[in-house]
Amino acid sequence: MDYGPLWLSLRLAGITTGLLLLLGTPLAWWLARSRARLVPVVEAVTALPLVLPPTVLGFYLLLLMNPGSALGGAWLSLTGDTLSFSFAGLVVASLFYSLPFVVQPLQSAFAAQDHGLLEAAATLGAGPLDRFLTVASPLALRGYLAAAVLGFAHTIGEFGVVLMVGGNIPGRTQLISIAIYEQVETLNYAEAHRWSALLLLFSFLTLLLVYTVNRRSLPRVA
Amino acid sequence: MPELALKVRVERSGFTLAVDTALALTGITALFGPSGSGKTSLLRIIAGLEPAAHGQLRFDGERWSADGRRPPPQQRGTPMVFQDTRLFPHLDVAGNLRYAERRADRHRPGPVRDEVIAALDLAPLLPRRVPGLSGGERQRVALARCLLARPRLLLLDEPLAALDLQRRAELLPYLEKLPVLFGIPSLYVTHAVDEVARLAEQVLVMANGRIVASGETAAVLERLDLPQLTGLPETGALLDARLRRHDPALGLSELELAGQRLSLPQVDAAPGSRLRLRVRARDVALAREPVAASSIRNQLRARVLAIEEQADGPFAEVLLALDGGDELHLRARITRASARELQLSPGQPIHALIKSVALDGEPLAQEL
Repeated sequence: MDYGPLWLSLRLAGITTGLLLLLGTPLAWWLARSRARLVPVVEAVTALPLVLPPTVLGFYLLLLMNPGSALGGAWLSLTGDTLSFSFAGLVVASLFYSLPFVVQPLQSAFAAQDHGLLEAAATLGAGPLDRFLTVASPLALRGYLAAAVLGFAHTIGEFGVVLMVGGNIPGRTQLISIAIYEQVETLNYAEAHRWSALLLLFSFLTLLLVYTVNRRSLPRVA
Repeated sequence: MPELALKVRVERSGFTLAVDTALALTGITALFGPSGSGKTSLLRIIAGLEPAAHGQLRFDGERWSADGRRPPPQQRGTPMVFQDTRLFPHLDVAGNLRYAERRADRHRPGPVRDEVIAALDLAPLLPRRVPGLSGGERQRVALARCLLARPRLLLLDEPLAALDLQRRAELLPYLEKLPVLFGIPSLYVTHAVDEVARLAEQVLVMANGRIVASGETAAVLERLDLPQLTGLPETGALLDARLRRHDPALGLSELELAGQRLSLPQVDAAPGSRLRLRVRARDVALAREPVAASSIRNQLRARVLAIEEQADGPFAEVLLALDGGDELHLRARITRASARELQLSPGQPIHALIKSVALDGEPLAQEL
């Protein structure tokens, strides 16, 4: 069995999840706390990947990453490599595709928090960043866990977007979901079975771990 | 003694808060008034937590904006004890205290950790988690947390309102000794006149978003127009008395007020100590002559100072001065019909009748 596609998928999901937690936190915080008129607009844009066919998203991303476009051209002159049909391109595509799965759990965790605790922290001398790191974040731990797991699992399960943006280049852009598709296309059902079963088991164990940990160690915060 | 000057305004749908006042902060100052009168909003403006407020504050010579921008709440030195305590649920008691301690301005004087823990009897609670604490315990921790932030001004927003009577009675002595112990000026929001009487040196009375009366506690609380100003029916007067002796056989204590005697259910204090007693106006009856053969134990000789009749209600409130003590005032709430029959007029001698049982369980502050 060639484990290349699996490792590539895990790497992609890990990097994407890490970046999304970093970028999604301030966005989720802003969406949960701001009363600006722009909020619904940004919320709708963030949720687009939930309803858009992956091919539509993939198509526009492909245009965006084309070496002839501003972003694709800048990337090419900066790194000497094209953004489309590369691992970096997959990361960019996954950032868009999995964004709502990270932002939404974080946003609802922040929105559900008692704003009074932040006020109390402020009168005790904690500035905005301090309050966020020492009060809001620890209280949103469940939200972070959900965001990380959903973002990771969803990135592993990507198919349409990554196929359009990355193609099917072994060792470079061939992810596990695409490898399975190829095995099925070539009627190699035994191989497809092995990979599919592995992915199924992995997904189940991840979710089981999360729900168990969630239940046991995190106190319910009233 | 820091001075606080306020010139602030908030408008919300159907409610306007407009306050323009200045006061010297010493000990506990009560912000007193009915619910919805704007007390809590005013406290939040001082803490810098009301972004919609307009105007200016001046605290101890510094200019603060009412909207909480300059300086922001974390730089004001005005920690707040909230009605719902707002302890951090992800930290234990010690962690909550440390949170405040670490962020306190080291250049400011303030009580140290061990003093605060001892004063509020918190040592056994330190390792406990917040969700397991009782309401009274939570409020003690919240109080300690604020003290460890080294307050320039301590803000208390109805800290007893969410507690039952017994827990309230447990917490009151702690609140009472704090200003004396640590010398921190405090603003105390409450709608309970008993708490004002017991804790506050001065009081600001609020109604409908405005300050309608202010001054020394005893003088404000015996104002005859207080019920009209605040809509709160419970009026009364404060008496400072000396405990003369106990009568354990009958379960009574005897107080002395300018040569007159007042007996009440036995109190827990040593003979000779000075006590502050609040007598509710509705517990005082009036008679022109001494009443013989009555179950009412206390008959105090007094003079009528003023009478205020309700415009459209059945009651009248009468302010009295006790014979031998011009500073000792009582209020009586009687019907307008009785006031007419007794032909009350200022300067008239009168007997004030107070049932001893009416004084049972009344707040008695022991003066230090």
